[in-house]
Amino acid sequence: MSCQKTQELIHGYLDGELDLARSLEVEQHMHECEICARSYRSQSTLRSSLKNDLLYYTAPEQLKKRVRFSLRKEAKSAVSRRAFGWRWLFVGASLTFMLLVGVVVWRLAPRFIRPSGDELLAQEIVSDHVRSLQMPGHLTDVLSSDQHTVKPWFDGKVDFAPPVKDFGSQDFRLYGGRLEYLNNRTVTTLIYQRRLHYINLYIWPAEQTGSTGEVTIQRQGYNLIHWSGSGMNFWAISDLNSVELQEFARLVQEGQSGD
Amino acid sequence: MQKQNKLASFEEAVLPHLDAAYNLAHWLTHNDTDAEDVVQESYLRAFKFFGGFRGEDGRSWLLAIVRNTCYTWMQRNRSPQLSFPLDDELHEVESTDLNPEALLVQRANTLMVRRALEELPVEFREVLVLREFEEMSYRDIASITDLPLGTVMSRLARGRKRLQLALTKQMHGEVIS
Repeated sequence: MSCQKTQELIHGYLDGELDLARSLEVEQHMHECEICARSYRSQSTLRSSLKNDLLYYTAPEQLKKRVRFSLRKEAKSAVSRRAFGWRWLFVGASLTFMLLVGVVVWRLAPRFIRPSGDELLAQEIVSDHVRSLQMPGHLTDVLSSDQHTVKPWFDGKVDFAPPVKDFGSQDFRLYGGRLEYLNNRTVTTLIYQRRLHYINLYIWPAEQTGSTGEVTIQRQGYNLIHWSGSGMNFWAISDLNSVELQEFARLVQEGQSGD
Repeated sequence: MQKQNKLASFEEAVLPHLDAAYNLAHWLTHNDTDAEDVVQESYLRAFKFFGGFRGEDGRSWLLAIVRNTCYTWMQRNRSPQLSFPLDDELHEVESTDLNPEALLVQRANTLMVRRALEELPVEFREVLVLREFEEMSYRDIASITDLPLGTVMSRLARGRKRLQLALTKQMHGEVIS
C-alpha cells in the first residue's frame, strides 16, 4: 500500500470503519513507514484531545422541562386545532350551501312555488347527513355510547341542554354526538346506530312553545321525521326504512317525556 | 387517547436524546440561548413529523431535524458561517504532516480545543461533532447530513487536518507570547 493510499484510509482506520483486510494493510504499511505511523499517532492524539467531557454541551435541566411542557401543550392544541379547523370548514360549507340555495330559490321563485322553510331545512339536513357520512371522522365530535359522556360534552358548547338517551336495549344504540351549523344556528346532533344504519338526530330550541306532531318526508331516498316538543325542535334522518325511523322517533319522544 | 399514546411513545423514543440535540445545536449556533431555542423548535417539529418515524434510531432521526433547524436558524439570522466557501481544494492543509507538533497538540487545553473547533467552518464542525462526540458511524452521519458516504469521509479527514493546524498555530502563539 502506498503512502498516499494510507493517508486516505488513516481516518477510516481510526474510526473503525475499514474492513478487516484494509485494516491489516494499513497496519502493515504503518509498520514499515515511519511517516505514516507518525501521522496516525498525531491524529489519534488529536482524537484523544477531543475525548473530553468538558467539550460536550449537556442540556440544562430547565430545557428538559421547557421541551416537555411545550410538547404537552402542542399535543393538546393539535387536537383542538383540528376540531376548530373542521368546524369552520363545515360552517363555511354550510354557508356556501345556503347561499347557493338562496340564489337558486331567488332565480326560480317566479317560476315555481317558493319552497317552504321546512323544505329548505330538509334539504340542508339531507346534505349535512350525507356529508357527515362521507367525511371520515366527521360523523362524531364525541364518540361514546354512554349518554352520561355525550350529554356533558355539549355543556358550555351550546346554550341549551339537549335530551340525550341511549336506546341500546331497543337496538337504537347511541353512537356519539357533534355540533353542527344548521338553520342559521348551532345545533346539537346525536348519532344513533341501528344495524349498519346511522341516524342523525338534530336538536335545537324551538322558537314557539307547545308541540307539533311528527311529519315524515322523503328526500333523495332518505327518510326524515321532524317534530317539536319540550321546547325543542327535532329532526331525524336516516336511510333506515320509515317504519323503523318512526319507531325511533317515538322512542325519543317517550324518552323525553319520561325524563 | 391516541394522542396520549403518540406523546408517550414520542417521549420514550426521542426525549432521551436531548443532550445530543443540545450539544449539536450548541456547536452549530455557538450560544446557549440559540441552542435552547433551536432544540425546542426541533422537538416540536419532530413531534409533528413523528408519524414518519419508523422506529429506527431515534437519535439519528432527531439529530437530522436539529441540524435542519440549525441551518434554517442560521439562514434567518444571516449567519456569515453559511457563506463560507467550500474551498478545501485551494487551502488544503499539507496532507502529509511530518509534524513533531503532535506533542504540542497533546498539551492543548480544553479552551484551546474548543476555540479551534468553534472556528472550524460549519461543514467540518458538524461531521466532527457527530463523529467524535456522538461516536456515530459514517453511515449515520451521512444520513443526518444528507451527504454521500465519501464526502463524509473526506470532510472528516479535512476537518481533522484543519483542526490540527489551528491547534498547532494556537500553541505556537502561546509559546511566542
